[in-house]
Amino acid sequence: MSVLDSKVPKGPLAEKWVNHKNHINLVNPANKRNIDVIVVGTGLAGGSAAATLAELGYNVKTFCYNDSPRRAHSIAAQGGINAAKNYQGDGDSNFRLFYDTIKGGDYRSREANVHRLAEVSSNIIDQCVAQGVPFAREYGGLLDNRSFGGVLVSRTFYAAGQTGQQLLLGAYSALNRQINRGKVTPFNRHEMLDLVKVDGKARGIIARNLVTGEIERHGAHAVVIASGGYGNVFFLSTNAMGSNVMAAWRTHRRGAHFANPCYTQIHPTCIPVSGEHQSKLTLMSESLRNDGRIWVPKNLEDAKAIREGKLRGVDLKEEDRDYYLERRYPAFGNLVPRDVASRAAKERCDAGYGVNKTGNAVYLDFAASFLRYGKIEALTSGHKDASEAEMIALGKKVIEKKYGNLFDMYMNITDENPYEVPMKIFPAVHYTMGGLWVDYNLQTTVPGCFAAGEANFSDHGANRLGASALMQGLADGYFVLPYTIGDYLADEIRTGPISTETAEFDQAEKDTRARIEKLMNGAGVHSVDYYHKKLGLIMWNKCGMSRNETDLKSAMDEIAELRADFWKNVKVPGSADTKNQELEKAGRVADFLELGELFAKDALDRNESCGGHFREEYQTEEGEALRDDVNYAYVSAWEYNENPRDAKLHKENLVFENVELKTRSYK
Amino acid sequence: MKLTLKIWRQAGPEAKGKMVTYPLDGVDGDMSFLEMMDILNEELVNKGEEPVEFDHDCREGICGSCNMMINGQPHGPQKLTTTCQLHMRKFNDGDTITIEPWRAAAFPVIKDLIVDRSSFDRIQQAGAYVSVNTSGNTQDANSIPIEKAKADEAFHSATCIGCGACVAACKNASAMLFTSAKVSQYALLPQGEIEATDRVQNMVRQMDIEGFGNCTNTGACMIECPKGIKLENIARMNSEYLKANI
Repeated sequence: MSVLDSKVPKGPLAEKWVNHKNHINLVNPANKRNIDVIVVGTGLAGGSAAATLAELGYNVKTFCYNDSPRRAHSIAAQGGINAAKNYQGDGDSNFRLFYDTIKGGDYRSREANVHRLAEVSSNIIDQCVAQGVPFAREYGGLLDNRSFGGVLVSRTFYAAGQTGQQLLLGAYSALNRQINRGKVTPFNRHEMLDLVKVDGKARGIIARNLVTGEIERHGAHAVVIASGGYGNVFFLSTNAMGSNVMAAWRTHRRGAHFANPCYTQIHPTCIPVSGEHQSKLTLMSESLRNDGRIWVPKNLEDAKAIREGKLRGVDLKEEDRDYYLERRYPAFGNLVPRDVASRAAKERCDAGYGVNKTGNAVYLDFAASFLRYGKIEALTSGHKDASEAEMIALGKKVIEKKYGNLFDMYMNITDENPYEVPMKIFPAVHYTMGGLWVDYNLQTTVPGCFAAGEANFSDHGANRLGASALMQGLADGYFVLPYTIGDYLADEIRTGPISTETAEFDQAEKDTRARIEKLMNGAGVHSVDYYHKKLGLIMWNKCGMSRNETDLKSAMDEIAELRADFWKNVKVPGSADTKNQELEKAGRVADFLELGELFAKDALDRNESCGGHFREEYQTEEGEALRDDVNYAYVSAWEYNENPRDAKLHKENLVFENVELKTRSYK
Repeated sequence: MKLTLKIWRQAGPEAKGKMVTYPLDGVDGDMSFLEMMDILNEELVNKGEEPVEFDHDCREGICGSCNMMINGQPHGPQKLTTTCQLHMRKFNDGDTITIEPWRAAAFPVIKDLIVDRSSFDRIQQAGAYVSVNTSGNTQDANSIPIEKAKADEAFHSATCIGCGACVAACKNASAMLFTSAKVSQYALLPQGEIEATDRVQNMVRQMDIEGFGNCTNTGACMIECPKGIKLENIARMNSEYLKANI
């Protein structure tokens, strides 16, 4: 084991980033023209990084598996993006955003990175507005805000229920501008299959053209991995079908340490699983918790009757309902952070209070909001003696304006009308806080290889707050990485063009071809999805919302066994020389089968509960997470081993100089 | 329910394609259309046949990847809905469903139901942006107040997901609805004013180069658009184009 150096600059917290930027190495414009950078992934982090690097003068190549950068899964983010603008005058500041994020992450993130994130957050909003991103506005023409879980101020900027799409289109427009100028060359429908290292430095990648099947070599002076998270290791998640860990995992195999793989966010408000055919899960924005109240029946008999279809939840009397979040956490109520809300739902369902056929659902009820908004609406529209029914009708209109698209989506998927009956929701895998270990400059343990956005581990600790993923993606891409990468590239101005005709590229291409051939030549017993679903079940049952030693150990064994079976018996039809979606899936699942085992090992190693990582052995009498700051205030960074159970642990000790480590309480 | 699927199969860009019939049993009303396709593909793979290739990703109706012509309608029979959000309860036991790719010269078929929509990217590269550097040295966001009604209208134009249903629905395979939605977003916002002339000229020029057809105002694009992008956008682009050329 070694102790990793995060290279956090010295000095007071609020001055670190400014000082660092002032002393960072710069590359002069004439030299930038001779330097090539590869960016893998073109979502918020990759798209914005590529655009900014190109604008600074570097030659950029982008890679994405979709047919267009506009389709990256950042697009599906609904609720919003945080920024410490304090436009509402409710006492927000960089420090508060920093503090909320550190606390929300259960004190398992790096102080200096989180403060930097808070510092640049305001700039993101300025930048996006300048680009023409159509944020929601108030009648006075200024930007509107809403509040999100785990905080007590309104700092979330939004664009109806599709903030992610609008921000991604903003980054995509900046990228398009650079493509038009010839500074970015896009390689869409391409997938990175390996990282190529020369003399220990990242010097390029091996990619597969997903249309023709050709294996291509691309050289560069630096490689940026911005390929998102690995939630699909659970098979069912809110991630896109194609979201995968391949680029990050291939980088890990070539020497980049993988940090905190077990930190996974299970989002509390998703549409419950409806049947065996389920291919993915759909999130209902956290913003709904501003107006919806979460509850289950107080009595087990009622819950049973609801499950059997003999009773409707909507008919249950007020005194027979248990608004368990409001009961357990009076200060934050329905707006507790995601990990807390998810665990509380699981606790109620495990105790037998679930409200759908499978017993895995709780209610998200808007009835109280209909009445509350309806009252105001009736009074302000001069309708002083409105009946309750009239007020409810008016209130429904207000809710429709705020969340209409989400209600429509719910109705479409479940065939139930949430204006008439409460929504049913259940937690689902949503985001992965773990990822490639990076230092303060966002450089991995492979020199010249950087990681940004969800693909790295640095900012969210053990739990991410709502509306912070978009913030981090754009912070890394627009304002951090393009500058910190200069510190490395300043030493590359004399390197000259990177040749791909070297022994290292030969070997990497040979390895890639051998791997594809092996996948194509399995015994042909089971489909790729068969394995992916099996892996997902192991992960969900044994590495999901709560974990224990016995389950984690058996998960490691089961995954290792499944992986061996996969390589022997997988069935991939067709040819490797054309478009072949089964082959694409097979490559991704092969990596998930390694990651899953490391994930379980990481969870087993962490003998404490923190954020999204809940070990049953470590909880308070009230069932809250019990952290162990004396022994576990560190980042686990794993060195690759082809048997993940033998991966070697390296640690980065987390030092807290500006916040006091407290038990996280939302009561 | 039991269905009969007639699906376009084409091995590659140069290959000749044809409709192939597949019976499918065990379809449940709660499945999405793409989950129904997953079941068919799982069956094909288990039989050792090549599955039907189709574009899809988020399955939440926002990424714009999915693109199936279902019984002659882009994204199928349900209004304001992408293929991935269409559910099988909209169909009946015993139905025959035909599934084809988008048909347009500017969207050549890559394989089966997958088409090449990179022409949309190139239209946007021609001018769908504000030329502002991403340096962070921009003015405070609230120093650009925008009338709410205009901001909402710009937002509505910006909700286009770039799926191409408008082109597939149009008898001329015109990309006017798509292009005009992009032009409108910037035309409605003060940030877009400075480059308005070049933007509309360059984007329309690129649209023509890509081989999209002309607009004859039939409005099929708006009817089939899963996001409800309005025809007013086309009128606005025409007026922007006229302004730019006089």
